[in-house]
Order: sequence, then structure tokens, then C-alpha cells
Amino acid sequence: MAVTRDDVAHIAALARLALDEAQTTRMVTELNAILVHMDVLQQVNTPGGAGDGPTGQASMPLRRDAGPPLALARPLESFAPSLRDGFFLVPRLATHEDVAPEDLE
Amino acid sequence: MTVPSAVAQVTRSFQRMSDVRAGANGLNCILWTDREAALADARAVDARADRGPLAGMPFAVKDNIATLDLPTTCGSRILEGYVSPYEATVITRLREAGGVVIGKTNCDEFAMGSSTEYSAWGPARNPVDCSRVPGGSSGGSAAAVAAGIVRMALGSETGGSVRQPAAYCGVVGVKPTYGRVSRYGLVAFASSLDQVGVFGVAVQDAAIATELIAGRDARDATSVEHAVPRYRDAADRPLAGLVIGRPREYFPPTLDSRVAALCDRALDAMRAEGAEVRDVSLPHTSLAIPVYYIIAPAEASSNLARFDGVRYGARAAGEGLRAMYEHTRSRGFGPEVTRRILLGTYVLSAGYYDAYYRKAQQVRTLIAEDFTSVFASGVHVLFTPTAPTPAFPLGAKSDPYEMYLNDIFTATANLAGVPGMSLPVGRLDGLPVGGQFMAPHFDEFAMFRAAFGLERALGAEAHA
Amino acid sequence: MTTTRDVASDVAERYEMVVGLEVHVQLRTITKAFCCCSTSFGAAPNVNTCPVCLALPGTLPVLNEQAVLLAVRAAQALECTVNEESLFARKNYFYPDLPKGYQISQFDRPLAEHGRLVIGTRSDGSPAVVGITRLHMEEDAGKSVHDRFPGVSAIDLNRAGVPLIEIVSEPDMRSASEAGTYLRRLRQILEYIDVSDVNMEEGSLRVDANVSARPHGETRLGTKTEVKNMNSFSGVERALEAEFRRQCAMLDRGERVAQMTMLWDATRGEVRPARSKEQSHDYRYFPEPDLPPLRVRLEWIARVRADLPELPQAKRERFSREFGLAAADVEVLTAAAPLADYFERLVAAHPDAKTSANWVMGEVLAALNASGGSIADFPVHPAALARLLDLVRDGAVSHSAAKRIFEIMVRSGDPADVIASREGLLQVRDADELGRWVDEVFAEHPVEAQRFKSGERKLQGVLVGFVMKRSGGRADPKRVNQLLAERAGGG
Repeated sequence: MAVTRDDVAHIAALARLALDEAQTTRMVTELNAILVHMDVLQQVNTPGGAGDGPTGQASMPLRRDAGPPLALARPLESFAPSLRDGFFLVPRLATHEDVAPEDLE
Repeated sequence: MTVPSAVAQVTRSFQRMSDVRAGANGLNCILWTDREAALADARAVDARADRGPLAGMPFAVKDNIATLDLPTTCGSRILEGYVSPYEATVITRLREAGGVVIGKTNCDEFAMGSSTEYSAWGPARNPVDCSRVPGGSSGGSAAAVAAGIVRMALGSETGGSVRQPAAYCGVVGVKPTYGRVSRYGLVAFASSLDQVGVFGVAVQDAAIATELIAGRDARDATSVEHAVPRYRDAADRPLAGLVIGRPREYFPPTLDSRVAALCDRALDAMRAEGAEVRDVSLPHTSLAIPVYYIIAPAEASSNLARFDGVRYGARAAGEGLRAMYEHTRSRGFGPEVTRRILLGTYVLSAGYYDAYYRKAQQVRTLIAEDFTSVFASGVHVLFTPTAPTPAFPLGAKSDPYEMYLNDIFTATANLAGVPGMSLPVGRLDGLPVGGQFMAPHFDEFAMFRAAFGLERALGAEAHA
Repeated sequence: MTTTRDVASDVAERYEMVVGLEVHVQLRTITKAFCCCSTSFGAAPNVNTCPVCLALPGTLPVLNEQAVLLAVRAAQALECTVNEESLFARKNYFYPDLPKGYQISQFDRPLAEHGRLVIGTRSDGSPAVVGITRLHMEEDAGKSVHDRFPGVSAIDLNRAGVPLIEIVSEPDMRSASEAGTYLRRLRQILEYIDVSDVNMEEGSLRVDANVSARPHGETRLGTKTEVKNMNSFSGVERALEAEFRRQCAMLDRGERVAQMTMLWDATRGEVRPARSKEQSHDYRYFPEPDLPPLRVRLEWIARVRADLPELPQAKRERFSREFGLAAADVEVLTAAAPLADYFERLVAAHPDAKTSANWVMGEVLAALNASGGSIADFPVHPAALARLLDLVRDGAVSHSAAKRIFEIMVRSGDPADVIASREGLLQVRDADELGRWVDEVFAEHPVEAQRFKSGERKLQGVLVGFVMKRSGGRADPKRVNQLLAERAGGG
């Protein structure tokens, strides 16, 4: 399976990475060079259905529905890039009025 | 004989930092440090009625583990200046035991690399030969121990990032069983592979530190309830009766014969002490790198999505939210991280998930079963070279996949979740060579028993 | 853009509407799904946050056991099969109110599957059932506010990490009104089992719809569109109608319906396409490596099922059987479990179901609506109301007096007897006292009295009225009528 320029552009968009022309070209080459080594896995006979989760798992430990919450040693102001009235600020979503969250891919 | 005060120990560490030029113009192994804060911590330890098992011992911490006062940048511009408002569980445990954090160490960006050349803050250098890499991704911690700045340092492993630099720098490096040590506060790279690891000057340092950080943490659902033995007591166990497996796949014909020879010398030394060495096979070993380089980048691509400039870290301006995301991430991440995020996104994407990620997890099960079978056959530990070569020169490896092959002997343990540790077995042209033990899940005691035994058996030859 | 007036109704009549609904429900836990932050509503922005739900580097999720309990309870109430082992998964996408850049949800192997909800009876008497494909657990995102500050969006993560269940139905609904019934019944069940506030206005219940159209008799499904942004059940019904008509018009013109997301605009009463990229979503689901598989033991699942309260359907059937009430009355009385409980305790103390039902549906509900309070805090307890109803039944107070007494009971909390006596509302039934008033009335109205005694029975009503007036309304009219009837017999 060869990775194309369009593939790289598509996954870069999914990952919110901006690549220029030169980087895209380089990535196409590099990703293909890496992925070619993965093709060997196709020939390995694996038991169907198994292995869809991490190996050697004990079952999930649960926690009580109670506080106290984990503390922050310093307030949000100390690390937030942009805060006002307690809100994190981000550039206004251009199409927020029209688009439900999951459509802003 | 009394242990020196915390203040004295910390003062000595800072002196050593200065003597070896640990900062940017020298080894570049220590990124962030605060002498006054460290001395204040030391005074607080000295003031305690009980200074704890570490009794003021200074230790260094890899830059991807959250500390309260020093920055945690993970070797990345995207976290430039970020100081965590909470502390990792492993740090809390070591400080409660009387340890003092004296600096954050350099690492490959987000732990992605095998040489510490991918750090945004410049490469770290190997104290044994500073034209060479210290290994990676925990190269800074390995170097700090090798340079004598600290007796113990924390690192992290995903594919070998503690064992390999330990081998390159001639120190001891331990990767516990997956789930043995809390990951709360370890910035995630690949969640199903990551573990906090420990460097020590000698096996004893690493054993004590591992003991202190191990154990279930309610804040990490993947940490396992399992009693923590006194690993330092493994020093009292003889090698006699220990069955050591020598897996042939780790001694391929392509391996530098001198590296193989040093490992076989180590096995001979252990045989002389009464250990039994058996030839064994881990047949799926050659699949480890392809499997690792699908699973790790896939999980990383998801774990690094939180670095978006919204709540913390660097933010680049952009016209609109989309542009802000893209500029922040593209400027904040280096080329290796970018490459792995793209690779990981690709192998998870629609149409490729089954062929790549799902398949890799299935093959991973086979790799894990290799270990289970061998240990079930009566073998207590496995012994192999840690890395195919000693430390290579800075800038020597430019091909990404060639760089990935440095993990060829270490990644299997991460994939299977078994514990592994590296210790020095000799020198090649003056450069350290490491041998590694691997043991069954949660049997670090067997691993330490073997390591203490080998350290005793080799003596000074380990550094010759 | 389309309005319900654009398309001729007969076009729509040639097609069948097929609807499936995805409902997100916030679970009523004290703390969030994966961290110990409070879920309390209305806090200042970002006050209920911690390193975990802020997605600070190095943090990890740990699941809330109460969220699991409530989710399993909901699954049992909806007759789902609960999987002993289920997996969490990451749903990856970028949005500022999604701190980790992924949502922890469930994909393969959800918590529960294959449930059902009865929405009524078909014309042939068989139950109309909507299948429930799955019920899974996930975490909520934060909130973004776009109009508070100019040029920027403001993010509040208090809600990020609140536990949700997502309930996905089969495409079994065939009309907007069936969809509405499904939602109302679903909400009622969830309220009964106390797992959520299920309040659409407050956001603890959210609905997304999938709707397609096909010619009558066609068994294959048409292309479905997703409809979002509905804020009420009636909004859902209206949105479904609008989107269905839009699709019918297209199909009738020979056009293919494109798979897309539509947004409901309640003010304009129309659906319009959401602007999104051409490529479809790629959430890159994979199993959540930070959470081992969730295992729930069969015995525990069974115990949760056994501990379920009586569900709405069972309660409706039982009320109908035990109390012989009309279906409409049963619906009102069982709308909420606390009200049903009130009614049952009332009937236990005053065994006239019809009268009790009328009082609960009438006076009690009116008082509750006026005060805005809940039946749990209602000052008139069932036993006290029963006493009042007893007084009415025994003729000690008139019906209208009872209403006045009730109002005073609501305000003061005093018992009916005390109020009736204090306010002088006890009806006088004593023959001597009544007889005296009758005598006085006869004396005051000799002409009418004479005519009545001579046989003009139709004057009885007038005379009763005079006696009532004379007594200040306190005479028991039934007894007065009896007395007058006796006197009529005399000369």
C-alpha cells in the first residue's frame, strides 16, 4: 500500500499539522520507506479476533464516586495561554453557527 | 558511618554539574535546574526526624516526567516554559523517601528517538566520548549518571529508551514490568508501552529506586496490585541454580562479533558462578520493529492531540481556530514527532486500521507468547545484547528507519510488557557495551538477582 | 432550505418515514466519569477542573463506579443484554471543548446491546416496539460560548468529563409522533430509575436523529441524513417532519438524497445543511490503552436488575388493573413515580380510586404547578388528604368547602378537621338545628312555605336555598332536602 501526496495531505489535516510542499514531498518518501517494512506483517498468521486490546490485562479498577478533586498547585493563570473571566479563549470558530462540533474536522 | 547530609550531597551534585559542564555548552544533559530550590529541599530533608531510605540523595528526572517546580517540556518547543501544576506519582514517592530532585534531563522530543538528537534543546552528549550520542530517548538521564552528577536518575521507556542509553553510557538501566510503576505524571507517548525506568551507577542504586517507585497507584488504572519485594535483597542470592536463556534471534550472524563476544563472556562469567545457560528461541523477534513502529506512533498520534495551544504550552497565532491549531503544532513539533504523528494517524485511519494497527496488535500477542513459552520451559531470565552497536557519533544516523533499528533488541520487552534491565558488560574501542536481562512479568527479583550476580562476577571487567 | 409548506402533503404521503434516534443522557453522579471533579451545575467557568479533565500532560483516566452502576441500571430498564466485558475506545477529533483531542467512549464491545422500548400498541393489539441497538458509556465535552467576547470563543471545561450514556435505537420509528412517543417514554423510564435529570433544556438529555424516506412497501432503507440541534421533543418532531418532506420532494423529483448532516433551526422552522468538509469523519477509533477491559459480574448485573423499581409500563398496567381507572387518568398519575406513589398512599387510606384520582389530578397538581414545588415536598401528605376526602364522603363538609379547606391545608399544614371546625365549614346535619332554620325560613317566607306544604314540590329547591343562606352555607344540603321532603308530607 503506497502513500500518496493526497494521503499525506489528508492525514496532515486530520492531525492538524500544516506541511509545506517540500515537507509533504519528504513525508511521502519517508512514510513509504517506513511502511514498506511493515508489509512483512501481512504474511504472519494471526489468530482471528484476538489482540484488539493491550496484552496481559487485568480488569479495570474502578473508583468511588467521591472527591476531593485532584489539586492544582498553581491556578490556571499560571499556564493558560489566554484566559478571561475564567474562560479559556480561542480564536472565534469561523463556522460555529452552522456546524456541530464533530463536523469541524 | 553516617550518610552525608542532603545539603552536602546536593552541593556536590551541583559542583559536579559545573565540573563536567552539564549544560548547553557541554554535555547538555541537564536542561532545567534550580540550585536554590534544590538546596531548600535538601534542608527540608535534613530537618526531618527520619530522612527516609534515600536520606537526601539527589536524583535527576527526565524532562517528560511532571515535577512541580522545574519545567516539563518533554524536549519540545510546544511545551517551552511549561511548569506542571501537579507532580508525578514517582516523584512524590522518591521525595517522600528523602530524595531531592536536582534537575530535568534532556531527551528526544516526547521520548521519540534513540539518540537524544531529536531534542528541541539540542543533542545531549555521551560523557564517555562527547562526540557521540548518549543514546535515547532518555539520554540526558543516562549521561547524568555516567558523568557522576547523580547516582540515580529517572527515565522512561517505550521501546528501549532506558536500557539502550544505559548501554551506551556504561551505566545500569531498568525497565520494570508494564503496570509495575505508576504512569501518572509520565507524559504519554505510547500508553500501552510506556513505563518509568531507572538509571543507577550500580545495580544496587537501580534496585532501591525501583523498589521505591513500584506499586499500585489509584491514579493509574493500568498500574497493577502486586506486592513489591525488596529488590536490593536479590544481591544476597547466588547465581547458582539460575537458568539463563540465550535467545538465538538476539545473536544473529549480522551482529558485530565483538558485541556478541562481550555478551558471551558475561554468560561464561555467570556459568562460572553456577548459573546454567540454555539456548532458546523467541521466533517472532524479527517482527518487533514493524509491530512497534505501528503501535507506538498510532498511540502517540492520539496522545499528542492535546498539544493544541488551548490550555497550556506554546500557542502560535493564526487566523481562526484551524490555523491556530496548525501553526501551533507545526511550529511546536520537530520533524521526528511530526513523522510519527503522521505515521500513527495513517495506520489508524479508515481503511488502514485493520491492515496495520489491528494486525500489529495481533502479532504483538505472538511476540508476548514467545516470552511466556520460554519462561514456562524453566528459564528464569533471558540474557542478550542491549544494542547492536555501542554509541554512534552525533549526526551519524540520518535515515529514520535505520534509527529505529537501534531498538531491535529492546522493543520486544516493551511489546510483551516483561521487565528488562541493562548493565555494562565491557568496552569496545573504549565505548561501553551493555547486556540485558529480561524476566517474566512482575519477576524483577529474578532479573535483579541475575544482574547483581553478573556485576559481582565481572567486577572491573565490565568497564574494560 | 425548506419549509413544511413547500411540499405538497400528498407527495409526502407516498413515502414512509424511517427514523432512528441517538440519545445522550448525563448520568447523575457526584463526580465526573474519569476524575474526582464535581459534576455540580452552575459553577463559575473552569472551577470544576483538575489535571485529568484539563488533559494536562501525563494525566490518566480512572472510571467512576457509580457511572457504571447507573449505566447498567439504564441498560436493564431498557431490557438490554449487558456485556460482562466491554472496552473503552478513543474517538479522535479536534475541538477546543475536547481537551484530550479525543473522547473516551465505547466502540467495539459496548456495555449493553439488544434492548427494546414499547411505545404503544399497534392496531392489531401487538405492542409497538422500538429496538435499542446499543447503550454505551462515554464522557461529555466542555462548553464553548461564542458571543461572550468579540472575536473569540470562550471555553468552559466544567462539563468536560461528565459521564454520559448514549442510547442508539434501531431505525424502527415510522413517524414524527412515534419518535416523540419514544423520547417521552425513554425519558420517563430514565426518570423512574433515577439515573439522570433528563432535562433537554438543561442539556442533560440530547437528541440526534437519523431519518430517511422510502416508497411504501419498499423494504430497503433509503439514504439517511443526520438531524441535529433540536432543543425539545416537539422540536424533534417538527424537524423530522421538515427533513422528511425535504427528502420526499427530492425523491419525487428523481434526485438522490445525499448523506449529510442537517441542522434544525427552531426559530425559522426549517432544516439546513451543516457546512462541513467533503470528506466524511474519520474518528480513528482504537481501544483505549489507559483503561483495561471493564468487567461486570453476572451476579451483580442480575442484582441491579432485581433492584429496579417498578417501571412505567408495569405501573400503568397495574394501575389500570387494580384501580380500574381510564387510560388517560393512568397516564397522568404515573407520569412520575413520586406522584404515583402519592396516589397509591392516598388510595390506601381512602379506598375510592376515582375520587382520589380526581383530587390528585385536580387540586394536588394545580397546587404543585402554582408553587413550582415537587410532590416530595408537598405539605399535604396523602393521609391528611385522605382524611379530608373522608369528611366529604361522610357529608361532614361540602365539596366546595373541601376545596377551600384543601387550600388552607396547603398553606398552613393544619389537619382537615381542625380547619373545617375553625373556619366554620363543618356542615350542620343535626336535625334540631336544621329544623330550627327550616322553621325560621318558613316564618320568613310564609307564602312559599304554604304553597310547598300544599304540594308544590318544585319550590323545594328555593327553600333549600333560603335555608342554606340562613345557615351561612353550613347546612348540609342533602339533609335539608330530606327534612323538607318530610315536612312536605305534613300539612
